[in-house]
Amino acid sequence: MLELQHISFSAPSEEGGKTEILKDINLKISERFVAITGPNGSGKSTLAKIIAGIIAPTSGRILFDGEDITNLSITERAHRGISFAFQQPVRFKGLTVKDLISLAAGEKLSISAACAYLSEVGLCAKEYINREVNASLSGGELKRIEIAEILARGTKLSVFDEPEAGIDLWSFQNLIKVFEKMHEKTKGSILIISHQERILNIADKVVMVADGKIAAEGKKEDVLPKLFGTVTGCRFTEVD
Amino acid sequence: MAQLDSIKKNLLEQVADIHEVPAGAYSLRVDGKLFGKNNSENIEIVTKTDKQGIDIYVKPGTKKESLHIPVLLAQSGLKELVYNDFHIGEDCDITIVAGCGIHNGGSAESEHSGIHAFYLGKNARVKYIEKHYGEGDGSGKNTINPTTVAELDEGAYMEMETAQIKGIDSTNRMTRAKLADKATLIVREKVMTHGSQRAETHFEVDLNGRDCGTHVISRSVARDSSTQLFVSHVNGNNACSGHTECDAIIMDGASVSAVPEIVANHPDASLIHEAAIGKIAGEQLIKLMTLGLTEKEAEEQIIGGFLK
Repeated sequence: MLELQHISFSAPSEEGGKTEILKDINLKISERFVAITGPNGSGKSTLAKIIAGIIAPTSGRILFDGEDITNLSITERAHRGISFAFQQPVRFKGLTVKDLISLAAGEKLSISAACAYLSEVGLCAKEYINREVNASLSGGELKRIEIAEILARGTKLSVFDEPEAGIDLWSFQNLIKVFEKMHEKTKGSILIISHQERILNIADKVVMVADGKIAAEGKKEDVLPKLFGTVTGCRFTEVD
Repeated sequence: MAQLDSIKKNLLEQVADIHEVPAGAYSLRVDGKLFGKNNSENIEIVTKTDKQGIDIYVKPGTKKESLHIPVLLAQSGLKELVYNDFHIGEDCDITIVAGCGIHNGGSAESEHSGIHAFYLGKNARVKYIEKHYGEGDGSGKNTINPTTVAELDEGAYMEMETAQIKGIDSTNRMTRAKLADKATLIVREKVMTHGSQRAETHFEVDLNGRDCGTHVISRSVARDSSTQLFVSHVNGNNACSGHTECDAIIMDGASVSAVPEIVANHPDASLIHEAAIGKIAGEQLIKLMTLGLTEKEAEEQIIGGFLK
């Protein structure tokens, strides 16, 4: 479904030169759940943004269902069936939860339809549906609303940048259930950037990114032991 | 309302959200003259004899009633100055819908200046809604200069919502208020300017009474080469609370000034001012584009939400 061919990305460095953030990434994604993991600063979020069209790669090609989408805009990629959930959800003065879920669904939703998406992410719909998506919402609430938007979009490919951050009051088990339900509905791929072992555990494929390159890729049974054998435990500590 | 043509009916809908003569008390002014008025049992509208305008008397204890006083101008080049005085009795709870719509199809400047004075009796509650709207394919400018004076007696509460979203080339709004003990004034202002329009709003609130308070909240969008000025003076003369907030989105080659002044003349006066001017955040546009909106559509959604 998604294929990254020789993707590289450089950004200007503080010294005036260039820093290579991604180096010749080749990756195919067609599985149900794919997890991308790796140390902070390894280039995972940059990779996710390149898939969504937010950042243009310095070189390389991106194919989606066989079509070259490298030069397509964010909007065009959204229409082709790519969704992106931000690591730090964006706040808006004036736009409500219902507004954003309706925009995500691409149609004016009834209150009950919008509420159904909120209930799936464990938010009491009545309390949230007319709230503004502004600074009055906590980081965890915003993350869950963001996930509800991706549910409402129901696209072939959904990219989540660290969805677990800030949702510790909810449980990972529920988050995983949401992903499973999402797949049942879309029959597509869900790409999750995560440090969480419990999320890595559900992945059909785990991709380890380190220093801008793919350090390991494969079935969780093969990659996870290598991962936890080489990295100190605290970074991947299981948290409930 | 058979005599109102479609242009005026549209203006009426824009400024008062109504298509026909409203139920209850109303006064409708069209092209510089009183078009029609109606009293209700509790609300009496009296035409002024010494100058243009009306006196409105609301009986004490009047609850859940509304009063509509729209003004429509469709004759290009008409300029008028109107005085409306509202005498609101004690313990009232009413809604007043004002507003001015201008259709200028000619080349001369059309101008409506309304001076509204509110006198709220003890514990009276008033919700005052005012919309300004301009249209027309002529080259003549549309100008609206509203002045609002409000005197709130003990325990009175006034909520003022004003909106000017489209078609007004020049506006200079002046709002002055004096609050007695335990009185509250809430102002929510929304302004959008485009082209080469100019909008000025001035607020002067004297918090004279003990435990009185005010919130003045202004949200505005300035597009193209339009200019805006927001000035607020809140004077805390007693144990009171005051909060003013000016939040503006600036676009294209527009210019926005925010000039806040809070003055505490009493040690128990608690006053806050917040002001923010900035363009639409890039990440907000990107976020909505990931939901499938074009950049233009995303911009419209953000502005629409901001001014909602």
